[in-house]
Amino acid sequence: MPEFQIKKTAKNYDVCIVGSGAGGGMAAYVLANAGIKVVLLEAGPLYDPAKNVTQLKWPWESPRRGASTPYRNFGDFDAAYGGWELEGEPYTRKSGTRFDWFRSRMVGGRTNHWGRISLRFGPKDFKHKSIDGLGDDWPIGYDDVAPFYDKVDRLVGVFGSKENFDNEPNGIFLPPPKPRLHELFIKEAGASMNIPVIPSRLSILTKPVNKERGVCFYCSQCNRGCTVHADFSSSSVLVKPAIATGNVDIIPNAMAREVLTNDEGVATGISFVNKDDMQEYTVNAKVVMLAASACESARLLLNSKSSRNPNGLANASNVVGKYLHDSTGTDMGGILPKLIGRKRYNEDGVGGMHVYTPWWLDNKKLNFPRGYHIEYYGGMGMPGYGFGFGMQGTNGKYPGRDGKKKEAGGYGASLKDDYRYFYGASFGMSGRGEAIAREDNYCEIDPGTVDKYGIPVLRFHYKWSDYEIQQAKHMKETFAEIITKMGGVITYGNDGTPENEYGLAAPGRIIHEVGTTRMGNDPKKSAVNKFNQAHDCKNLFVVDGGPFVSQADKNPTWTILALSMRASEYIIDELKKQNL
Amino acid sequence: MDRRKYLKTMAVSSVGAAALLQSCETKPKQEIKEAEGAALNYDRTAAEKIREEKLRSEKFFDDHEMKTITILSDIIIPKDDVSGSASEAGVPAFIEFMAKDQPRYQTPLRGGLKWLDIQTLKRFNSDFASCTSEQQIEIVDEIAFPEKAKPEFQQGVTFFNTMRDLTACGFFTSKMGIKDLGYVGNTPNQWDGVPADVLAQYGVQYDERTLAESVKFDS
Repeated sequence: MPEFQIKKTAKNYDVCIVGSGAGGGMAAYVLANAGIKVVLLEAGPLYDPAKNVTQLKWPWESPRRGASTPYRNFGDFDAAYGGWELEGEPYTRKSGTRFDWFRSRMVGGRTNHWGRISLRFGPKDFKHKSIDGLGDDWPIGYDDVAPFYDKVDRLVGVFGSKENFDNEPNGIFLPPPKPRLHELFIKEAGASMNIPVIPSRLSILTKPVNKERGVCFYCSQCNRGCTVHADFSSSSVLVKPAIATGNVDIIPNAMAREVLTNDEGVATGISFVNKDDMQEYTVNAKVVMLAASACESARLLLNSKSSRNPNGLANASNVVGKYLHDSTGTDMGGILPKLIGRKRYNEDGVGGMHVYTPWWLDNKKLNFPRGYHIEYYGGMGMPGYGFGFGMQGTNGKYPGRDGKKKEAGGYGASLKDDYRYFYGASFGMSGRGEAIAREDNYCEIDPGTVDKYGIPVLRFHYKWSDYEIQQAKHMKETFAEIITKMGGVITYGNDGTPENEYGLAAPGRIIHEVGTTRMGNDPKKSAVNKFNQAHDCKNLFVVDGGPFVSQADKNPTWTILALSMRASEYIIDELKKQNL
Repeated sequence: MDRRKYLKTMAVSSVGAAALLQSCETKPKQEIKEAEGAALNYDRTAAEKIREEKLRSEKFFDDHEMKTITILSDIIIPKDDVSGSASEAGVPAFIEFMAKDQPRYQTPLRGGLKWLDIQTLKRFNSDFASCTSEQQIEIVDEIAFPEKAKPEFQQGVTFFNTMRDLTACGFFTSKMGIKDLGYVGNTPNQWDGVPADVLAQYGVQYDERTLAESVKFDS
């Protein structure tokens, strides 16, 4: 008798979904509402922001005043159970390159704390190779995805404005909030520089979309999860109603080990370890959908080896793990002297910027091939850990209330007043750009390392190319120009050099990683087809960011949602036709 | 259980908090408890609860160090017409907690405190805390102004910068400090744009399209 055995789940499901973030949540929602029996595996615990509350807490309620911890990398109140490093779940890097991997282990995944920036890809974003010869075109175009973007807009809710731009498609928008004061100044500066500054597009409800979810009450804390479910997180908007149909069994703390296949190479289910009892389980389904995040799904496929698939499942093309790419990112910020000593009022607003800048230039006239968008922040936010740090770099630079400049630093009543005086005068901006998907940026199985469950871990190899570095340089130049135009004084981020790659964030840091199971029409060059279906295993689908051929200068979530919905409807259809 | 009662129970049962209450006898008890955050009333995972419990059971600074931290924090943020002092807002307890929570603070703070004592010992034959307030200010003046400090006081400048950061942060994230600062958010409301008088003050306005398209409220 072996000392442990693999326990089989008795129930047979139509579909087994691995991961409950944007892709998995949407699949569960669509399938369950069509009466399909679903089992949803999630590597972390259950989570509902209405019950697991950090919203509206004050900094003093946290002994660290909201500072980050090894368990909350984005701050003590942030709604991510996870981080850049997880205990007992390492990943490694190759050849001195860097890639940082953020994992949330919880129902809803990273959608619980994300920025809610909900941008559709535009027509050019699906066909960029045809424009500049780099990377590859998607096997689908905007017109294929547009009906699903429309459905996602209606189901989830997103505010914005119709601008009729070529490559920033209009959506079905809720009304946006009015700009804050510093955002009005950004808008003015943008207008004088011919840079569009338009209402942001965030999946936050300024108007109700159904009876289950509340409306935004403007606390600016979407990253903490919303107790009234007024913003999009997969946990509250998709998984919760999916479970309410009675067609979804959710298994939390289930860490997937392998996709199981039979002798014919058909997927039969998933084997997983239950983190609660550390026992091994299997669950069977007619269809398997991976939505564990781009890199985690690639890892799962590469670890699903068999005599038939020695290279890993759905990997006859050998592209699984390759073409990994994250958004580029740089930042700059400063102080707007005219806001020093400003009048106090509540300007929390929604969780994030009220205005943003979509990509506005023609890359044919520039020395880098792809664009970026600009996100803005600033104003009278709630103080937290880090508030007031580095005052010695500020209070010697500007005249005080009495009109006189003083010695930097200091102490006492005069220093105390400086914090009041400068409060609310800071602002900043971040560029988020498109990187070129390249075969030699990849994740693979580390031949020598396993995690605490005995699952071989990922090893990353990633380098920025000159395309991204030149783009970052352009970001920095643009930011400096905007800040100067506003009459602002730069206090950080104006330190770009070729040596520091113009401040480019390390790959992975923007948490938009995609491309590891890219889609295509040619099974030799892609892992899945245009319906996110594995070329080599027709009842296996990947519905996270993995199938992205290119990332665009947008955030990936809205496209993950639309493509997962599209794949799920395809599965419903194929199940009806008994093709799966 | 009522949250305040819970806090009280936890503060009494916590060795660290009790020791702090004894060593900083001038501090209003309620603020100390707020800063101590003994009973976290927000979402915590099982792993986090274990870590919080462990941190709560530890003590990093000794009584002398806490005394020095308390004096320094009140020099940095004193009581004024608007609000109380750093120690009245629970800043020393916050600094003690941060040293445990982020161990990277431990050596710079402990070493900085020691550096300070050695300076005053040489100059006034007394540790910093036992110096007169005039003597304390004399040495603080040497390290509080980075751009004019003498090179031989550079280590002191670095230490004081950290103390200034932690003190100001601890103060302005306390209940007292946030009231002082005038932050009026973190409460359900309807954002209907920048107040009219502020728009007028800065000579800006919302354009017609923005007014037409932005969210409107019934009330």
